[in-house]
Amino acid sequence: MIKITNLSKSFGELKVLDDINLNIKSGDIYGLIGQSGAGKSTLLRCINGLETYDSGTLKVENLEVKDYEGKEIRKFRKDIGMIFQHFSLMERKTAYQNIALPLECWGYKNDEIDRRVRELLNLVGIEEKIDVKPRCLSGGQKQRVAIARALALKPKMLLCDEATSALDPRTMKSILSLLREINEKLDITIVVVTHQMPVIKQVCNKVAVLDKGEIVVKGEVGEVFLNQPDVLRKLLGEEDNNELPCEGVNVRITYSREEVGSALLARMARSLDLDFSLVWGKLEKYREDTLGSIVINIDQKNESILFNYLNDINLNWEVMENGP
Amino acid sequence: MGHNNLELLTQIVIPELGKTLYMVAFSTLLSTIFGFGLAILLVITDENGLSPNKLFYQALDTIINIVRSFPFIILIVALIPFTRLIVGTSIGSNAAIVPLVIAGSSFITRIIESSLKEVDNGLIEAAKSFGASNFQIIFKIMIVEAIPSIVSGITFAIILLLGATAMAGAVGAGGLGTVALTYGYQVFNDTIMYGTVIILIIIVQVIQTTGNILYRKLS
Repeated sequence: MIKITNLSKSFGELKVLDDINLNIKSGDIYGLIGQSGAGKSTLLRCINGLETYDSGTLKVENLEVKDYEGKEIRKFRKDIGMIFQHFSLMERKTAYQNIALPLECWGYKNDEIDRRVRELLNLVGIEEKIDVKPRCLSGGQKQRVAIARALALKPKMLLCDEATSALDPRTMKSILSLLREINEKLDITIVVVTHQMPVIKQVCNKVAVLDKGEIVVKGEVGEVFLNQPDVLRKLLGEEDNNELPCEGVNVRITYSREEVGSALLARMARSLDLDFSLVWGKLEKYREDTLGSIVINIDQKNESILFNYLNDINLNWEVMENGP
Repeated sequence: MGHNNLELLTQIVIPELGKTLYMVAFSTLLSTIFGFGLAILLVITDENGLSPNKLFYQALDTIINIVRSFPFIILIVALIPFTRLIVGTSIGSNAAIVPLVIAGSSFITRIIESSLKEVDNGLIEAAKSFGASNFQIIFKIMIVEAIPSIVSGITFAIILLLGATAMAGAVGAGGLGTVALTYGYQVFNDTIMYGTVIILIIIVQVIQTTGNILYRKLS
């Protein structure tokens, strides 16, 4: 649906996007994650032509976005809804009028507008707020209005620019489940830009991690997390090895759902017949998947036995730096 | 004497009050129309605008700054040939409207420009994202969102124009300015002078209060 090849963009000397290659398929919920300034929002805006790019290609349904001009780009954007961090609603208009706005701009008839707006209010679950202005709505309700507005023209795609970053964790969760519902029920492809790891974990099936304008890793969410590349760990704020012991060898083991319930540590202890300590551990949910991550500490002299064992049973593992 | 003064107040001040209100109303109306047009042009051609045009923006921006840097009384005098060309005379209320509109337009342009620029950029981006045209973005979104702030700016401009009409009174425009100057400054008639001042205070209060009520109703 969206195919990006060798895309680059600079603001003067600064390279904001550097040789981006990305393939977003119909039905995906694709996450773009990175710290602020990583270029993820710029990349998102290139998709609907709000930003231009210097070189490379960006094709949406096989058509180059750069080539659209004047009225064409407006028509093209009809097919792509977008929501924003600060909701971007008209403060002087009610929820109803805000949702009706795109339909008015495209000259729909009043009865058609009325039907569509009510349908959308129902979809996003705020029918009772129909005549309320944004200032009297909560953050979550505002974002629901914005989602309804973005869906008004029945787009094929929805772009979310830090759409949950201004919301509290519970509201974030409810907005994310709404996005999944939209993805599944209406078959809308969603691209999510965020710096919040939970967003990726809860809704995305694929993810690309951006750092300084480059994609450092991309793929299925489960796989990317399982292999825990450095950038991701930095983003998670887990590069800190302060708590880890400074003696012996620290080994991080990551494992998937099937292995979570298989008495991994007990089996390991029995087969190895070695002493080791569990020094760090965490279980995390990714959409329907659960991944585990633990760090064990073992005597240096026994490390090769452990490494061989881990390789034998085919687990993801790596040696961590020792604590200070 | 007291009787005489009261007569003077009703016979002189009231008709001149009419002239003042006429000048303020007309110049506000015309200035707002021109101001809207020019402000929209500035906002569109601004470097972050919908259709940036640096040369056009800078030219218009400079002209407005030049007009605004004239002290009003100098502007009246400097515009005399232009005023004669348009109205046929440089004396009287109609003649005063010309410099009032020119000063008022440049002022209201700036007010509306800054009100429009205050509209959340995210909202404009959102409008672009659903394919709104530039025309729709300006008239259906930016102006609608900026209305309360534009109204309070115009309230401010009306009061400024009221003060300017008094100054125009010094060079033959008529109106309350002329009355205050001839009877207060030249004849030392305190009743007339303070009477005029009180009327001006009341007018300002009425304008400001109306503006505030409108602002609250609209926002």
